[in-house]
Amino acid sequence: MEKIRFRQNSFSEYVRRLTMLIALISIWIIFWVLTQGIFISPRNLSNLFLQTSSVAIIAIGMTLIIITRNIDLSVGSVAALAGAIAAFMQVQCHMSTPAALSAALIVGLAIGAWHGFWIAYRMVPAFIVTLASMMIFRGLVLGVTQGATIAPLSDSFKVIGQGYADPKISLIIGVVVVILFVVSSFFKREKRKKYGFSVPKIWFDLIKVVFIAGAILGFFAIMVMNRGVPYAVLLMLALTIFFNFMSRNTVFGRQLYAIGGNPDAAALSGVNIKKRVMMLYVIFGALTAVSGIVMTSRLNAATTSAGQGMELDVIAASVIGGTSLMGGEGTIFGAVIGALIMASLDNGMSLLDTNITYQYIIKGMILLFAVWVDIATRRK
Amino acid sequence: MEDYILQMRGITKDFPGVRALDNVTFNVKRGEIHALVGENGAGKSTLMKILSALYPAGSYQGKILIDGKEQNFKKIKESEAAGIAIIYQELMLIKELSIVENICLGNEIAKNGVINWEGSFLKAKKALKEAGLNINPAFPVSYLGVGEQQSIAITKSLSREAKILILDEPTAALSTREADRLLGMLKDLRKKGVTCIYISHRLREVFEIADRITVLRDGKTIATCEKNELDEAKLISLMVGRELTNIYPRRDRVPGEVLLEIKDWSVYDPNTNKQIDAVNFKLHKGEILGFAGLVGAGRSEFAMSLFRFWGRKVSGKMYLEGKEVSPKNAGQTIAYGISLASEDRKRYGLVLDEDIKENISLASLKKISKFSVVDENEEIKYATEYTQDLKIKTPSIEEKAVNLSGGNQQKVVLGKWLMTKPKVLILDEPTRGIDVGAKVEIYNIINDLVEQGVGIIVISSELNEILGICDRILIMHEGKFTGDLLMDEATQEKIMYYATGTKTA
Repeated sequence: MEKIRFRQNSFSEYVRRLTMLIALISIWIIFWVLTQGIFISPRNLSNLFLQTSSVAIIAIGMTLIIITRNIDLSVGSVAALAGAIAAFMQVQCHMSTPAALSAALIVGLAIGAWHGFWIAYRMVPAFIVTLASMMIFRGLVLGVTQGATIAPLSDSFKVIGQGYADPKISLIIGVVVVILFVVSSFFKREKRKKYGFSVPKIWFDLIKVVFIAGAILGFFAIMVMNRGVPYAVLLMLALTIFFNFMSRNTVFGRQLYAIGGNPDAAALSGVNIKKRVMMLYVIFGALTAVSGIVMTSRLNAATTSAGQGMELDVIAASVIGGTSLMGGEGTIFGAVIGALIMASLDNGMSLLDTNITYQYIIKGMILLFAVWVDIATRRK
Repeated sequence: MEDYILQMRGITKDFPGVRALDNVTFNVKRGEIHALVGENGAGKSTLMKILSALYPAGSYQGKILIDGKEQNFKKIKESEAAGIAIIYQELMLIKELSIVENICLGNEIAKNGVINWEGSFLKAKKALKEAGLNINPAFPVSYLGVGEQQSIAITKSLSREAKILILDEPTAALSTREADRLLGMLKDLRKKGVTCIYISHRLREVFEIADRITVLRDGKTIATCEKNELDEAKLISLMVGRELTNIYPRRDRVPGEVLLEIKDWSVYDPNTNKQIDAVNFKLHKGEILGFAGLVGAGRSEFAMSLFRFWGRKVSGKMYLEGKEVSPKNAGQTIAYGISLASEDRKRYGLVLDEDIKENISLASLKKISKFSVVDENEEIKYATEYTQDLKIKTPSIEEKAVNLSGGNQQKVVLGKWLMTKPKVLILDEPTRGIDVGAKVEIYNIINDLVEQGVGIIVISSELNEILGICDRILIMHEGKFTGDLLMDEATQEKIMYYATGTKTA
């Protein structure tokens, strides 16, 4: 068999792909200097990841939604409603935590199906359907909470957003993740060889593996230096890995990209667009509910204003992470990096006690600038 | 001293890793129609992009002279101001607006920002008259056929006092009749002194209309000749650099039993008009069946209706290998073993931002997955196989489809459908806008498939192609088959009779 030619990415192409990661690290370095080290203390970094988790969990799904040329503006209201229902079930109806969480998840799934029905089968633009939902479900939040805060939650509920995995267990998880990563990288390489395909030079793969494994271990080490990995952050990481795999390696994920890239070509290639979009919204509804649960648990309360403006943070995270609003392009890892960038700005500027006026202005400017850089470096 | 309106001297343009143009010389005389021909990737489009300043001065080497004066176009506006107008393959008209609005767009007749409608109307009317068109300028462009739209685009350029008109494959989407009308219009314009650069793969048109012909190959000027110095065979050999003995390779074969039968197939368009009217036909194993007809006869719509992709209501029966099947969506039709490579590869065929392997595997993802997880190694294996079999020219299978030339894009689409291992393959305009060399390769692929027992339907508006490759020809006119000819009895004249509805079987 003839040797297969794979694309040889130039150095600048690698840099382009890592632009946002580099931007994130630059932001960290800037805050490190400005806060005289407070920003990168294990305690603050642990907090930062915790703050990121609820936005990042939704951004994971939002990226897939935007990839199919759709949008969801209702996530703030839906997350708030899921949280309110869970809190209501527990506080007013004295339900156990698993039962309350299940109720919230079912609400998320049902809302996802509702969106999917109108968008995929009734052809109403996603922007309108979810704009309507933004109002409808905010109204329901007010109904469920009766305009008051629902609190306090039981310990088993609170632990989701506030708890930490024991440092020893955290370390074990970290080591297991690294081992799994190294082993799977090795098997991937071997399998490629077995097919007779060319593989990158061994030192190249080694550097990559060592670098990523180091980053994973470093992350877990920092978390352990504080109090262990927060459960919410573990959840975020697990969802990131799962959805990243799903988007790139499953038939479903691949079809989502094709739908966004060229819906006509996808349909003629046998992709059932309606079914796929419906499924995606149902999954996304569940993800939104999960995020709502994390948010509520972290606050130890369901409030009427929870999640307000969240849709903008989520869309910003997704777009900063390289998702194209034209559809067909975007990555899950990118979205999580985007969420981290947004949260880092919030966190760092709060540490510096920056006036809220400037916080908004700076965040807005960075969103604009980040997307421009992405567009400018892509077009060549 | 010749009177050259345009001289391009020693043009060299490099892209990363490739020299697209190598010391190209291209001179156009005032008032002539100058054909620019060459295979896909020969550098025609690049040359025209330099002329129109899409690639600005400084990004290439060489000189451009207009009326003997050297030009350094930095912006598209500057080349437009110098009188250069390109009519693109994809029309740059806004379909929702009227002809008046389109002609005046960007050059509105207005006072203090308020449009002077009477003035605009008169201007449009005058421009249409000068171009020899008799159309009411108040009509929206969407009312017009593709051919008429093409004429409007030309009219628009002329109304801006274009000196040099560049037409890039203007007839690619036109029927023979519309194309003839367009050629007639260009001839009239030549009489009025308009200079025209004509880019086309259709050699018949080139010979009909051009005064001189320049051939590009691999980024170099091969020759500039008077038309009467050349004939078709000679021109082709200049273009491909070798003698092509037969554009339509024919192989002997005997069609087998009935593979696909369509009975009483009717399709209604979104306005509930009957577009396809109770069509019947049979396709045999190992047969190439041609669908001839004028553009708009309903052939593409019929093909798409089999995939439930087009048509509001579809009725009729479909038998595959004697068994009735009734697929409800494209996925099911494909699963039964019927595939369609549509006429518009950019719109219906490719996901342009995805790479070759993702495009090839798109319709067969299930085949290379276990528990719905795609096996990337299998994907690479198949993609490589088809890239090699179909001789797709690309640096790698991870190249985005958008970066490929038209012929190679078409091969990627073919690769996608071959991977589904179809029993019936429908090819809608399989060689539109692609060069002679690639055409022959595609005909050879079709012949290979037929030998393996695949039944093939070729929809084509090029009569030569239909006559050249098909075993049997069905002619469609206004949603009905009006003629059924075997290869031996078919002629261009007979097909046109049926296609225009002058004669019915």
